[in-house]
Amino acid sequence: MAHNVIYMKQVKKRYQTGQVFFDALRGIDLRVEQGELIAVVGPSGSGKSTLMNIMGCLDVPTGGVYKLDDKVVNTLTSNQLADIRNKKIGFVFQAFNLLPYATAYENVEVPLLFARVSGKKRRERVHELLARVGLADKMANKPTEMSGGEMQRVAIARALANEPDIILADEPTGNLDSKSGGAIVKLFEELHDSGKTIVMITHDKSIAERAQRVVRLKDGLNDTNGDLS
Amino acid sequence: MNLTTIYNVFIRDFRKQKKRITLTVIALGWGTISIMVMLAFGEGLHRQLMQNKRGLGEGIGILWGGQTQIPYKGMGKGRPIRFTSEDVEFIEQRVPNISLISGEMHRWGARVRYKDNVLSEHITGIGPEFEHMRAHIPERGSRMINELDMQLRRRVVFLGDEMKANLFGEEDAVGKTVFIDEIPFTVVGVMKHKMQMSNYSGHDLSKGSIPLTTFEAIYGRRYLGNIVYQAHDLDRMADIEKQLYSVLGAKFQFDPEDESALSIWDVVAGMKEMSNILLGIQIFLGIIGGLTLIIAGVGVANIMYVSIKERTREIGIKMAVGARRGYILVQFLLEALIITFGGGIGGILISYVLTEGFRRMPIESDVLDFMGRPVLSPEIGVTVVIILGAVGIVAGLFPAMRAASVSPVESLRYE
Repeated sequence: MAHNVIYMKQVKKRYQTGQVFFDALRGIDLRVEQGELIAVVGPSGSGKSTLMNIMGCLDVPTGGVYKLDDKVVNTLTSNQLADIRNKKIGFVFQAFNLLPYATAYENVEVPLLFARVSGKKRRERVHELLARVGLADKMANKPTEMSGGEMQRVAIARALANEPDIILADEPTGNLDSKSGGAIVKLFEELHDSGKTIVMITHDKSIAERAQRVVRLKDGLNDTNGDLS
Repeated sequence: MNLTTIYNVFIRDFRKQKKRITLTVIALGWGTISIMVMLAFGEGLHRQLMQNKRGLGEGIGILWGGQTQIPYKGMGKGRPIRFTSEDVEFIEQRVPNISLISGEMHRWGARVRYKDNVLSEHITGIGPEFEHMRAHIPERGSRMINELDMQLRRRVVFLGDEMKANLFGEEDAVGKTVFIDEIPFTVVGVMKHKMQMSNYSGHDLSKGSIPLTTFEAIYGRRYLGNIVYQAHDLDRMADIEKQLYSVLGAKFQFDPEDESALSIWDVVAGMKEMSNILLGIQIFLGIIGGLTLIIAGVGVANIMYVSIKERTREIGIKMAVGARRGYILVQFLLEALIITFGGGIGGILISYVLTEGFRRMPIESDVLDFMGRPVLSPEIGVTVVIILGAVGIVAGLFPAMRAASVSPVESLRYE
C-alpha cells in the first residue's frame, strides 16, 4: 500500500462567536495516498472549504487527528505551519488570490522569497514555472492585464514554486469559462501524471469524474453514500 | 520580499492614501523641526552661557578674608583675617594644586582722565596671572601687565575695552598717557571684548588694571581686597579649599573648621551647577518638541491601521504561500518607519537650513550675545533620529502586530 500523505481521523472544526457555536466539521475521516488525484464534492456549507483549509494548514482542527506526511499537525506552531504551507503544499484558489500590484513574475516569486531561494536560482525557477504553464510571454503583466484563465495559471505556477508534494485546489475552475477551465483541468492532470498528489474541491461533475476517487461531504461529515477508502 | 516589491507596495499605498500620508508626513516634518529647532536654541543658549561664564575665568576660585566665629587657642571670636601679598606667596608654596595665584586690590571711584575726558572708575591692582586666570586677553598690538612691570612698579595700565572707548573713542590708546588720580600712566594694553556673566567687583570691561606692586606703592595699601587662584585640575577645587583652611588656619591661628574665617567662591562648582540647569532646560525643550512628534506618530499609526485593513487579503495570500507572522510584522513596521523617516528627514533638512540661516544672519544684539545662536550638534541629530525611530516603531508596532495576528483563513475571505 502506498504511503498516506494525508491522514485524518475524526477531524472536527468548531467555530465560536461569543456564545454561539458552529460545527463546520463534525468528524471527518480521510486518507490520501501519494500521487492520488482526489475530488472533494458536496453541497454548499458541507464543510469542503473548512476541510481544505485544515488540510492546507491554514487552519488547525479543534478535534481529531491530522497527520501530514506522518507528522501530527494539530500542535505545530504558526511558524512551522507557515513553513509547511511554503514548501509542502501548493494552493490554488477559486478567486486566484494573486497580489494585485505585482506582476506575474513577482507573484510566482513570492513563495521562493519566503523559502530564501537565492537570486539567480529564483529567477531561473520563475522562468521555468511560467513557461510550464504557458505564460512565458506574460511575465511582466499584472493580474489586471490578464484573463481569468491566465491568472489561474499564474496561481498554479506559484503553487508549484517550491515543488510541493501536495496541490490543494479549491474550485479552481469556478470563476472560469468552460474553455479556460478545461485548460486548467488539463494542467492539473499533467501535474498528476508527473507524480503530484492533488486534492481538488469542485462542483463540476465532469471534473470529478476524471478523479481517481471522489470524497463526498455532507453537513460536516463523510457522506457514506459515496466512495470512502 | 525584496525591496523593489516593498517599494512598489508602498507607492501603491501612497497613491491610495495620498492626502492622509502627505498630511502625516508634514506633521512628522513639523514635529521634527520643532524638536530640532528647540534643541538647537537650547544648545546655542548652553554654549553661549558657558562661554559668557568663562568671561570671569575658567577653573578659578576667589578667596576673601573673613572673620573668625569660633574662639581658638585663647583668642576670641570676631577677629578679622586679612591678606597681604606675602600671604599669596605663602599659599603658592603650600597648596600644590594651585597653578596660578595673584592678589588683587581695588579702588572704586578713581579719577581717570585722558585729555578732557574724565571718568570715575574702578582701578584694580593685579598681577600678570590675570591674563590666563581671569581672561584679561589683550587686543592685537597691545599687551597685558607683565612680570617686569611688577618688579619695577611701572606706571602702566591695562584698560578694559569699555573704559578705553569712553576715554579714547576710536583713537588708538596704546602708548598714550592717561592720568589716574592725576598720576600719569602709560597705556600698554586694551582688553579684548568678552562676555562676562558673573563678577565679584564689577565687569572687567569698565575697569583699568595696574600692577599690584604699583598699586601698593601709590595708594600705600597693605591689605589685599581678595586673592584669585586657578587649579591645575578642576576636580581638585574642593581639595584646594580644604587645604586653604588648614594652611591659613595655621598661619592666622583660626580653627580650620571655622568656615567664616575665609570666604571662597568656587567658580567651577558654579559652572557645573549652571551646566546642569542648562541641561535641564534642554531636556525640557526636547520634551516639548518630542510631544509634537508623538502626535504625528498617532497619525502614522492611523494610516497603518487603515492600510492594514485594506490589505487584509494580501496578508492572507502571503500567509497562504508561506509567510511567517514575523515577516508580516516586519513588513508593516518597515512601512511605518519609511513614512516616519520620510517626514523626519525632511524636517531635519529644513531645521538645518533654518538654524544655519539664523546663525549667519548678520544681526548684532545684546539679546543674542546673551542667548547665543541656535546650534545643531551631532548629539541633537542622534537624539532626533532615535526619537523618530522610536515613534516609527511604536506607531507601526501595534498595527503590525494586529496584521500579523489575523488568521490566514479569515484574511483570505476578507473582501
